[in-house]
Amino acid sequence: MRNIFIASDNILSPLGYTTVENFARLKRNESGIKQHLDERMSALLFCAALFHKKDSFIKDGDHTYTKFEQLLIASISDALQNSEINPGDKKTVLIISTTKGNISLLETEVNNPSLKKRIALYTSAKLVAEYFGFANQPVVVSNACISGVLAILTGMRLIQCGRYENAVIAGADVISKFVLSGFQSFQAVSQEPCKPFDASRNGINLGEGAATVILSSREKYSTGIKVVSGAVSNDANHISGPSRTGEELCQAITKTLQDAHLSATDIDFISAHGTATLYNDEMEAKALTLAGLQAVPVNSLKGYYGHTLGAAGLIESVISVQSLKENLVLPAKGFERMGVTKPVNVCSALLHTSFKKCLKTASGFGGCNAAAVFSKE
Amino acid sequence: MKFNLIILNSLIAENNYITASCTISNNIICKNEKKIFENKKADLPGFLLSIYNYFNINYPRFYKMDNLCKLGWLTSEILLKDEYKAGNYLPQETAIVLANASSSLDTDIKYFDTVKDIPSPSLFVYTLPNIMTGEICIRNNFKGENAFFVFDNFDTDFMEQYINNLMDHTLVGRGICGWVELLEETYKAVLFLVEKEKRETFNLFSVENMNKIFEAANR
Repeated sequence: MRNIFIASDNILSPLGYTTVENFARLKRNESGIKQHLDERMSALLFCAALFHKKDSFIKDGDHTYTKFEQLLIASISDALQNSEINPGDKKTVLIISTTKGNISLLETEVNNPSLKKRIALYTSAKLVAEYFGFANQPVVVSNACISGVLAILTGMRLIQCGRYENAVIAGADVISKFVLSGFQSFQAVSQEPCKPFDASRNGINLGEGAATVILSSREKYSTGIKVVSGAVSNDANHISGPSRTGEELCQAITKTLQDAHLSATDIDFISAHGTATLYNDEMEAKALTLAGLQAVPVNSLKGYYGHTLGAAGLIESVISVQSLKENLVLPAKGFERMGVTKPVNVCSALLHTSFKKCLKTASGFGGCNAAAVFSKE
Repeated sequence: MKFNLIILNSLIAENNYITASCTISNNIICKNEKKIFENKKADLPGFLLSIYNYFNINYPRFYKMDNLCKLGWLTSEILLKDEYKAGNYLPQETAIVLANASSSLDTDIKYFDTVKDIPSPSLFVYTLPNIMTGEICIRNNFKGENAFFVFDNFDTDFMEQYINNLMDHTLVGRGICGWVELLEETYKAVLFLVEKEKRETFNLFSVENMNKIFEAANR
């Protein structure tokens, strides 16, 4: 199997516009989550990590990009600037990860055929591809909350099979009434900052953000971290609730480890999905225990970013990669008291030692699970 | 000579085959490129229900599904009918890789209409295109690889490489892949069952053969 290196990355979030800025604020235990009362979005108070309305993401004023597209463009711009990858190269592909893209246009625009075309995810992907002059047709991954991790795996696979040498993988989602009302209708949204794996957890916070990971098979572009392997599974149990046993997430983890010829003891830390809903965190704890990973330090970053949907897997992977580089694993902000029946080793303080390998997991509606391993060279 | 044979065998083993196909478009269903059902008079919901009834399917979950899921799920049912031998594969050995153009926009619009009044959780859950994958997995106890992609047109070149990569490098023994597009009354579903084993007169899993079946469904 050919090596696949991380050539560059970016996080664009309410906490900062670069990976370094984001990581610095996380180290200071800062969170983007705030309480909001905004009647255009909800009659109820809600907690979320949102950009300010005045925030601008692209400097040149004369454009018609939506906020979703601007987030992608700004995030990709920063990641490309820090690499020598050329988007116009036939060997470079653009992969976009999102769940709802421009769906907020339904709230403000008149529903007609041209609006439907404008909302189509490939329309945004093409606009972003044209902005940078990508030579190839972009790929859009839209697979619920595993989209970000799956987009990285898609990039890895397209490089592995020799179709491309480089993959620019970017994810974003914007929070509007559409998404917020939906999660509220499930009674899944907490009115307080979320508490992953905690005994008093009572739901998610939503978050806005974008992130980019650039992968390359060319070692000269490497920043010292590889994406080693990954796998996806389905619970085949329920469309909106996770597995009762965690066996299927465990299956994706086990497969990921096997592909990389690793055992559970080779994993130094885990970046879990940890949405802070009762059922998700419980399922993840069961899966990690089944996979023999119950003693490995695990965090969730939802306490800093909220659930950024199609961006989550990418943001959390970039933070994990930065953790490997800085030998520093972040605590699961919001976690105080063990609240899952299989007591996994949830980080409650900054961990400073030498880390070599990290497991990233994600799970989502439709019963999907994904896992990936990042490793120092 | 023996050496050559080994090389030849290993080349053959790398090929994958379309062991079944099912297309639903223009109110016509084709299984393995032969028309098996037609109901020109019905509107889309009526047509989908007529398929369910014609094939004597008994699966109450069907009634809860949105139109996109109904379409994709019915196509998978007919694709796997007769072919489906659960015993041949472990749950994790079947992959489902689907694509379309409109994601779940058909239901997104219907869901957002409820937001003005009382947001409907039973519609919101269908505002993700991969729920269709979940429905097919639940029905068949498939637990393998999943992916959902959005393109403006069915990118068979991409699909060929993605499925072949899964089947060559992972435990995946068979793939269900294809295109399931639906927005209001416009729809088209084309699914392929892809396996490693060459049996009888199955078509090679290739861009050309996928395109041929996909184009035929336009007529």
